[in-house]
Amino acid sequence: MVHWSAEEKQLISSVWAKVSVEECGAEALARLLIVYPWTQRFFSDFGNLSSPTAIIGNPKVRAHGKKVLTSFGEAIKNLDNLKGTYSKLSELHCDKLHVDPENFRLLGDILVIVLAAHFTKDFTPACQATWQKLVGLVAHALARKYH
Amino acid sequence: MVLSAADKSNVKAVFAKIGGQADEFGADALERMFITYPTTKTYFPHFDLGKGSAQVKGHGKKVAGALVEAVNHIDDLAGALSKLSDLHAQKLRVDPVNFKLLGQCFLVSVATRNPGLLTPEVHASLDKFLCAVGTVLTAKYR
Repeated sequence: MVHWSAEEKQLISSVWAKVSVEECGAEALARLLIVYPWTQRFFSDFGNLSSPTAIIGNPKVRAHGKKVLTSFGEAIKNLDNLKGTYSKLSELHCDKLHVDPENFRLLGDILVIVLAAHFTKDFTPACQATWQKLVGLVAHALARKYH
Repeated sequence: MVLSAADKSNVKAVFAKIGGQADEFGADALERMFITYPTTKTYFPHFDLGKGSAQVKGHGKKVAGALVEAVNHIDDLAGALSKLSDLHAQKLRVDPVNFKLLGQCFLVSVATRNPGLLTPEVHASLDKFLCAVGTVLTAKYR
């Protein structure tokens, strides 16, 4: 059973309140595909991913990034039940999408960097620690139904 | 994993921009690492790891110095870091997983202190560089 301190919950909600899910999601996914190009293997139907510029401007990348981060928002509303929140998505990523859970960890790390760049000095070590904990738990919840 | 000419250029540009503040970046990255990944503290039982610790600052300076040295010899990382590689293999024996953790924290330090520097391309190059450094430092482990 995951425990969230009051401080951690505050650090999560105060950051999330100022996040544009669309912008942040698009940026995080684009950076994932740029920094770890092998992750492009899951998006062969996304069209042009041939350069960082192409990836950043790709409308499917933007749309999917928004989708992914919107789902993150659900997790934040259900911090005490990440397993339940991600149960179906976990099955989907295993059975239909065949995504190695390591990719969730990679995306989580990228998201932290995107938030860091956005919030700069407000992204204190305590804030980073809380968000790394959150992305780690989300990755874990998404991997839970794998078999 | 090979650093392209563009990667090398991107990394050099980052460190040129960071310039004299490299020590602070190093200390910041370490502080973040100890707080975010508490298991990393196990390698520093002899340190005061409290906020503002002089020992952490000192060590951050050492780490930053090594990175700067690596950047200055980016065409021969193995050569530039050979002594440090020996040290990590024979004496320090820091588990390889930890280099990734410090790398992540270094990227976060750059992102918080100089977000404009960290374009996606530069982010990719810097991540590659930090991975390469970690690989060299653990290359002689066995």
